[in-house]
Amino acid sequence: MFKNKSTRLVAVLSALALIVAACGDGGGGGDFEAGELGAVTVEAGEAIQIRSLQVISGPDATLGIPEERAVRLAVADYGQIHGHDVEVGTGLDDLCSADGGQAAAQTIVADDQVVGVIGTSCSGAATAAMPLISEDGMVMISGSNTSPALTSDLAGTAGSDYHDGYYRTAHNDLIQGAAAATFMYEELGLTEVALIHDGDPYTQGLTTAFQNAFEELGGTITVHTSIPKGTTDAAPVLTEVAGTNPQGVFMPIFIAEATAIAQQKGNVSGLEDVTFMGADGILSPAFIEEVPESADFYFSGPDLRFGENTNEATDVNAEEFLAAYEAEHNEAPTAPFWAHAYDATTLLLTAIENVAVVDGDVLHIDRQALRDELNSVSGFSGIIGTLNCDEFGDCGAAAITVIQNTDNVYANATENVVFSYVPEG
Amino acid sequence: MLPRQVVSNTTETTASARRFRFNWVDSFLWFIRVAAIITIVVGLTGTIQNFIAGEGPTVTQWRDLFVSSISTGAMYGLVALGYSMVYGVLGFINFAHGEVFMSGIMVGWVAATLLFQYGLWDANPFFSLAVVLVIAMITSTLIAVLTEKVAYRPLRGAPRLIPLITSIGVSFFLQYAFAGLFGVGLQTYPSPPGILGRDINILGVPIEGTKLLVIVVAILAMIALWYFVTRTKTGRAMRAVAEDKEIAGLMGINVDRTIIMTFAVGGAMAGVGGLLWALLFRNVQFITGFLPGIKAFTAAVLGGIGNLPGAMLGGVLLGLFEGMGPLLVLDGLGIPAVSQLKDAVAFSALILVLVFRPSGLLGERLGSEERA
Amino acid sequence: MIDFKRSINFGLLAGVSMSFLGSIGMIETFNARTLINPILRMGDLFLYGTLLAIAYFAARGELNVLEQPKVEKGTGMLTGAAVGLVAAVFTSLFLLLIDSVNVVRFFPNMDQSMIDSLTFEQGIPLGLLLLAAASVVVGAVGGLLPALSKEVRKSVWLVSSWVLSIALLEVVVSDIVENRSAIRLIYAPGGGLRLWSVAVIAVLVVVLSRRYEGRLGAFTTKVKESDPKSRLRRGIIALAIFAAIVLPMLLGGILNELLINVSLLILMGLGLNIVVGLAGLLDLGYVAFFAVGAYGMAVLTSPLSPTISPELSWWLALPVVLVLATFAGLLVGTPVIRMRGDYLAIVTLGFGEIVRILLLSDWFTPVFGGSQGIRRIPGVQVPFLGEVGGTRPELFVYLTTAFVLIAAYISYRAQESRVGRSWAAMREDEDVAEAIGISTVQAKLLAFVTGAIVASFAGALFAAKVGAVFTNSFDVLVSIVILVVVIVGGMGSIPGVVVGAFVLIGVLGGPKSPGLLQEFAEYKLLFYGAILVVMMLKKPEGLLPSVRRSRELHQEDMAQDAWLDKEAHLLEDRLEV
Repeated sequence: MFKNKSTRLVAVLSALALIVAACGDGGGGGDFEAGELGAVTVEAGEAIQIRSLQVISGPDATLGIPEERAVRLAVADYGQIHGHDVEVGTGLDDLCSADGGQAAAQTIVADDQVVGVIGTSCSGAATAAMPLISEDGMVMISGSNTSPALTSDLAGTAGSDYHDGYYRTAHNDLIQGAAAATFMYEELGLTEVALIHDGDPYTQGLTTAFQNAFEELGGTITVHTSIPKGTTDAAPVLTEVAGTNPQGVFMPIFIAEATAIAQQKGNVSGLEDVTFMGADGILSPAFIEEVPESADFYFSGPDLRFGENTNEATDVNAEEFLAAYEAEHNEAPTAPFWAHAYDATTLLLTAIENVAVVDGDVLHIDRQALRDELNSVSGFSGIIGTLNCDEFGDCGAAAITVIQNTDNVYANATENVVFSYVPEG
Repeated sequence: MLPRQVVSNTTETTASARRFRFNWVDSFLWFIRVAAIITIVVGLTGTIQNFIAGEGPTVTQWRDLFVSSISTGAMYGLVALGYSMVYGVLGFINFAHGEVFMSGIMVGWVAATLLFQYGLWDANPFFSLAVVLVIAMITSTLIAVLTEKVAYRPLRGAPRLIPLITSIGVSFFLQYAFAGLFGVGLQTYPSPPGILGRDINILGVPIEGTKLLVIVVAILAMIALWYFVTRTKTGRAMRAVAEDKEIAGLMGINVDRTIIMTFAVGGAMAGVGGLLWALLFRNVQFITGFLPGIKAFTAAVLGGIGNLPGAMLGGVLLGLFEGMGPLLVLDGLGIPAVSQLKDAVAFSALILVLVFRPSGLLGERLGSEERA
Repeated sequence: MIDFKRSINFGLLAGVSMSFLGSIGMIETFNARTLINPILRMGDLFLYGTLLAIAYFAARGELNVLEQPKVEKGTGMLTGAAVGLVAAVFTSLFLLLIDSVNVVRFFPNMDQSMIDSLTFEQGIPLGLLLLAAASVVVGAVGGLLPALSKEVRKSVWLVSSWVLSIALLEVVVSDIVENRSAIRLIYAPGGGLRLWSVAVIAVLVVVLSRRYEGRLGAFTTKVKESDPKSRLRRGIIALAIFAAIVLPMLLGGILNELLINVSLLILMGLGLNIVVGLAGLLDLGYVAFFAVGAYGMAVLTSPLSPTISPELSWWLALPVVLVLATFAGLLVGTPVIRMRGDYLAIVTLGFGEIVRILLLSDWFTPVFGGSQGIRRIPGVQVPFLGEVGGTRPELFVYLTTAFVLIAAYISYRAQESRVGRSWAAMREDEDVAEAIGISTVQAKLLAFVTGAIVASFAGALFAAKVGAVFTNSFDVLVSIVILVVVIVGGMGSIPGVVVGAFVLIGVLGGPKSPGLLQEFAEYKLLFYGAILVVMMLKKPEGLLPSVRRSRELHQEDMAQDAWLDKEAHLLEDRLEV
């Protein structure tokens, strides 16, 4: 009974909605001339709309949640732009997957008031989200995508998934791969190294970059294998690795599987003197402090010695940020990319402020001008260092450091820098 | 069984038509069997050649892998017992059994962390492990009994697909209830007490203490279960109910109580398995029960479902297949990165065993109603 | 007279449920969304909704099909209030416990913000009183409901469900009505309905429902009783198709995207429905065929496909994909043909995982791209419109709709045909089916292959839509979600699958896509699990059951104790031999 009545009501209501929609086609006008991608007009009293698109649910949420929080803190720190508030809206979830990224991007582009997006957390999500974002004229700045395909090979060739309007403050995998390979080959003097990825595009991309750089230096990769996500029994993979007699192991994987490897490597003979090195996926207190066996591990990753680096737009440095973060969320960030997301947000807001045309109480933001502005960023001082954007959107500070965990204290480990790498040029 | 014979004798056209089609399927199955054997032989030969050439794992490494595969398998076996018992008595796969297993590990983790915090973990290792064991067993038993009462009992007598689907629902509900309660992160048990870290010599072969403990506990639990099922009154009631619920009821057996006991015993075994998991892998997450649960069911099928020694044997074999199979067979075929195919090997083993021996290695033991 | 023991039991149940919902952080998360500004938040709705339902059942008493027990207003309210009070006391004690013992180390959600979310942000002493007051009032209302006349109860139910739906579906309304000021008229700036719009909706619903009630009821009975081939039925189908054509034009990008995701799930649901619903083969690895479709399409069309890269157009690649799917169906179907139902479930689940693992493996990276997936998959080429992919959801939705129609037609024809009848016979009893001359081998393989082909349609569309395939879109969760869709809708029922997909995927969200209620993200699978259990216990035939299926299930109900019958049959058989 109810069901049928409801159907009828749906019809009536949608008819009503239609009439409203048909009648209400107003707005627009003014002296401002929009560029080829169009412009966003922010009416008096309205807020400037940006969005956050990070992985905030599921097992990868430890990566995305600090980023989303950093976006919100950055917006709060930045304050108004020409008298308009900035609104982030509900945090969108990229689900760390291509389909998740696309669905969320669809939500974003449906609202033509949105100027730009801070995201995604995962490269796979960006692959599917970017075509939509780019076509709609928006910009997207990621704090943790690192795949070379999204930007360029750093030698002037655009990646296969590059789209106009894409920027990132995170480093390109090619840089980290080269940094880690150089460290192991030149600093540690290892010539035979085994690689372990976990089937994630990020980790596999990084081990591949490492392999290329390492072999170019003259080293040998004994085995390039994988510990699939969710694996708890690491004995088979460790035996496979041990069987090839490597001197070192590079495993840029995430906490769960790295924990299994660290805890079980003692049970496999032949790995006693092998040097283990991870990357930023396990560069967190949850691994370094909770897993005692991670002692002596090396970690490559972004330079976390933020020290006195101050974001030029908000005058906030790492210490002040972390204090504010912990005051609000009762915990320290669970992944190191908060700083990248913070800088990405201020980069976007600064660019918006620079290109916005003030027309009384109304604000016009030209989409093409915003892209041009971001493309020409140079010498922007952020928490992660100095940001310079290249023509394919790589804006990262590009410095990679290697640290070593000696006493299972996270703060000490991040200060214990044993190697720094800055690409030439 | 019987009706089929009767009919195929009388209606000859159907029978002959069927024989023709059956041949087609049979030849495909034969093809699978032969291909599997050839693959395994070629792979093994390749690995042996590599070994002789001095490549790949050394003898020590193979031995370590063997021991750790057996201990993992023993743990699967304990969880498999729960599947097997429920299947034997009620005739459906209790998909949520993996979560019953996980619940014990999770609550055991709380206990272990508290014990560690108060210094008892290192000072009194065996007492601490016993406490964790008891807590894990109680939790798993409670969850198993609760799910039976709430979700399965009203479905007694429904078509068999219905309780199976219900158990998938229960499984997801429990997983995400635990995710909500305990968080989605990976929780780590404190390092095992010192004594267990050391190697212990058994007949000249050094075996790591933890793994030895795992194997010993699994064997003890198995013996206790065997005694319970064959020697006690409740155990006999259980077997009677498995054979025929209605007749058992008429013989004065309280069927509901017996079924609850089945779930409880299965839960308790999962709790023991949980402690072993904690010792072996030392971490737990809400998702921890899912894959091991499926593997344990696979183990139960491997050994012959409803068959308790079969479940244990199936577990150990599955542990060996998935632990050693990739390196032993696939590596010899020249496949790269073989250890990521571990789970694929486990499931292939299941399919192959069912193709070779449709009722498992030691044969099924089911009540007459399930066979119909 | 109030039954005190019953009130206390139900109160404890309510208290445990409320504490549980708080402990998993759901109330806190959901409270971020305002439904009716400023009086109702989504978390509160779930919290007190649970209490309301429990109080209602406590007051109503055990429902007997034959006679509805009469509930006095006073007794009902008192019972409900008592339930509310017990629930509030339990929850308060729980909150006090959390407040005094720090358990955040083990239970990350049991912190101060959980206490705040359950106490209207007022903290321990004051908030607990508010909680108690609210619980008693809500409990009393819940207890009063069964005592009200049927008419009043119906109006209350209608008004509240309409108000809540419109409040919950704010995104939909905003997406359809593109005029911002019109939206602002209905919804408050921070989200949530304005109080006066609630009043307008309530009045509208009551007036309209009174006016149209009789006629609608008569119409539906007419439809139900009409012949399936009558003009009326055909008219309704034509109307539905017409709506499917017009609707996407009215919807914005978000809803069209959602519609595409729902259609893809409908497509897979229809396919699985053939395997599980019609043929009775429980396939838990159905996602494998979806993956075959998607990866097949990706390899054949993408310029970035590593080794084999013919760069065909979507339409040229489709037949190849269908051949691949047929092969996959036979490959999975043949070894499992002799297996019993439960073995079938676990073996197909294994097949699903094997496919995913192989697609991801480094071994097959030269063909399938491994971890990096296959990207830059072109859209579907449509004459005059160019390439239609995920960036143009308002066009792509027609493609998915078209394939849903094709799949629905295939399943309808299959169901009504000879094959369909042999599936039905096989589902009921394999031995008997075999005995009456049905080739179960053929029937099973046919079910697997048809199912595989339908799923590969979905996969091919999915690849063109997302433009990239990675293995994490094809994990076992997808198989389970499709199964839930089929079961909630009603096994064996085509309209059921459609309804199931809309209700579950549209509202709660799919395995990898958000639904209308984005807040559900973390709790989606909890709800899926709970829905599955409740459906199986209360309505195993599904929301829109197929006639045949519900007949079977009810037979089983009646036959629960009919073992004597069965034994007699067995005896007969033996005697025959």
